[in-house]
Amino acid sequence: MDELIIEAGRIERQYWTDLWRYRELFYFLAWRDLLVRYKQTVIGIAWALLRPLLVMLVFTVVFSRIAKLPSEGTAPYSLLVFAGMLPWQFFASSLTESSNSLISNVNLVSKIYFPRLIVPASSIITSFVDFLISFAILLVLMARYHYVPSWRLVLLPAFIALAVGLAIGVGVWLCALNVKYRDFRYVVPFIVQFGLYVSPVGFSSSVVPPKWRLLYSLNPMVGIIDGFRWTLIRGEAGLYWPSVVCSAGLTAVLCLAGIWYFRKTERVFADII
Amino acid sequence: MSNWIIETENLGKKYCLRHGGAGHGYVTLREAMIHALKRISRPLRFQDAASEDFWALNDLSFRVKPGETVAIIGRNGAGKSTLLKILSRITEPTVGRVRLKGRVSSLLEVGTGFHPELTGRENIYLNGTILGMTKREVDRKFDAILDFAGVQKFVDTPVKHFSSGMQVRLAFAVAAYLEPEILIIDEVLAVGDAVFQKKCLGKMQDVAADGRTVLFVSHDLAAVEKLCSRAILLEGGRCRADGPTSQTIAQYQATILEAASLDLATRKDRRGSGLVRFVRVEILDENCKEQGVVLSGRPLRVRLHYRAAGGKTLENCRVSVTFNGWGKMYFVTSTELVNEDCLNLVPEGFIDCIIDELPLSLGTYYLGLYVDVNGDVQDWLDSAATLLVEDGNFYGTGRDYPTGGAGATVLVRHRWQVPTTASMELPR
Repeated sequence: MDELIIEAGRIERQYWTDLWRYRELFYFLAWRDLLVRYKQTVIGIAWALLRPLLVMLVFTVVFSRIAKLPSEGTAPYSLLVFAGMLPWQFFASSLTESSNSLISNVNLVSKIYFPRLIVPASSIITSFVDFLISFAILLVLMARYHYVPSWRLVLLPAFIALAVGLAIGVGVWLCALNVKYRDFRYVVPFIVQFGLYVSPVGFSSSVVPPKWRLLYSLNPMVGIIDGFRWTLIRGEAGLYWPSVVCSAGLTAVLCLAGIWYFRKTERVFADII
Repeated sequence: MSNWIIETENLGKKYCLRHGGAGHGYVTLREAMIHALKRISRPLRFQDAASEDFWALNDLSFRVKPGETVAIIGRNGAGKSTLLKILSRITEPTVGRVRLKGRVSSLLEVGTGFHPELTGRENIYLNGTILGMTKREVDRKFDAILDFAGVQKFVDTPVKHFSSGMQVRLAFAVAAYLEPEILIIDEVLAVGDAVFQKKCLGKMQDVAADGRTVLFVSHDLAAVEKLCSRAILLEGGRCRADGPTSQTIAQYQATILEAASLDLATRKDRRGSGLVRFVRVEILDENCKEQGVVLSGRPLRVRLHYRAAGGKTLENCRVSVTFNGWGKMYFVTSTELVNEDCLNLVPEGFIDCIIDELPLSLGTYYLGLYVDVNGDVQDWLDSAATLLVEDGNFYGTGRDYPTGGAGATVLVRHRWQVPTTASMELPR
């Protein structure tokens, strides 16, 4: 018979086995979020289709027509925007969702035991499904432009993994901070909005002067967005690898530190939430 | 095999109470930053004077044998909820240890994780998983759950269209089919209509009869007496009594009365000139029987014993009782409001304030007393008595307050009306 022992610091030790044991809860929470999301919005999936298209339209007009920024290679500017917007939208909505996830599941946290990491992690799934829908739109757009991506497409999953890692890393940070400091939720929209301007979403990062390029790469989204563009669009300009290395390193650090901080504060969540 | 299934050893849980804050557990970033700045500017004074340790549970040890049904009783704040939270692993103990042999399911709330937008079927799966079932288990028990809840027809209707009674039934049905070795239950019987409550009690008796262990926390002493063979009385986080249910309940009632009957006459923190003083407060029911705990919606009689200085009869008196929560007044009863004339009081005796239907929800309330003679304050006391109120099904719906409004709420009889179809027709 399995015996369960509860004492101070115990949960810490069996954390990862618990995480595995509660994997079904992870699926069900993600499934719930998805169901609710597509049931609740009046236009449902149409919203997921419409939003990226509208943003693409605006960005293309603003950055290409008005600001007259160059595209990469022969790619239409709208494709350039879309390829950059994919990871950005995913990252931004992941941050928003996961930072609020524990607060909005307060009834679960205060009534049931499970590794709390499940909550922010499963909230990212919804954003990921939106991402997949947007990706399908991109494929349709490419077909319309008769645009065929090169062999580099095989590297795309690596950049997706990087985006997911960064989303989880920053997401759990914000999630834990949000529980601890209740006014932190005002900071999150600011981070998302600010991030949009300092990330190369509406323009190619090749417009950044070379001497600033490395500094610019300190934004971990730069490497990821560049990577997406590089794998999806055949530009002559190669990938600026330092930025990729930089964002991979930052992602790893943020992810580990985020999970460490989350677990450190997790023990008291039920007491302060 | 040893003969226990739950064992706690010197269990303790410490909370840090912060004074002067907003009263919630979390801090705001702004507060934290100000605090940090203060620390930097005064590095030697790191002791935060505004916080205080509070042991919600203290040195608690007990053992439960397999197949026992044990009740945990005690006043609000005695540590019952903390104990349940520790046993269900929501929070960790500060010291001590618990050993549980077998699968534990805790039911601290009915319908945890129910989502109004999802259908009955979806919610059964979601709630089942949250409570610790696997999908396969839910598959297997699905029909039985539906049957127990009696909502077969609405299985594919979003739960938001369910009546509150149906939601509770569905939620309890999921929990009833958990089949754990140890079942921890908190107050679930406080909800639902009488018929369903009976059904739940029956189900819990079945669970116990199956040789499974039940730990039951409730204010409903009648249910406790019916269901449990043993009861543990907590007081101030410690075990005050542990034994057969009837004995423990008797002791519980005795301790409550003892605390409430403290002599008011010796209190110093009072205002007024003192021509007349309150000396004792009794909380009575409609039959003038003394009560440790009262139920919302039931008759209440507050008996104020007083004594006049010098044995003189007092004329032109006005008396009032305020019903307060922490730092706020909920309502006031006063002779001035309902009587045409002032009262004349004999030198020593009592005066009763009668409330036909107590409009307060679950919680602890403090009574403030006031008396004046010819408009001059004679005696004025805060927290002269403690009023413990339990849910008493005020509205007859099993709910005494809406979701999120738990505790310390004034209950008001009211009804809602939707315009009839005739009056809703648009003018042509």
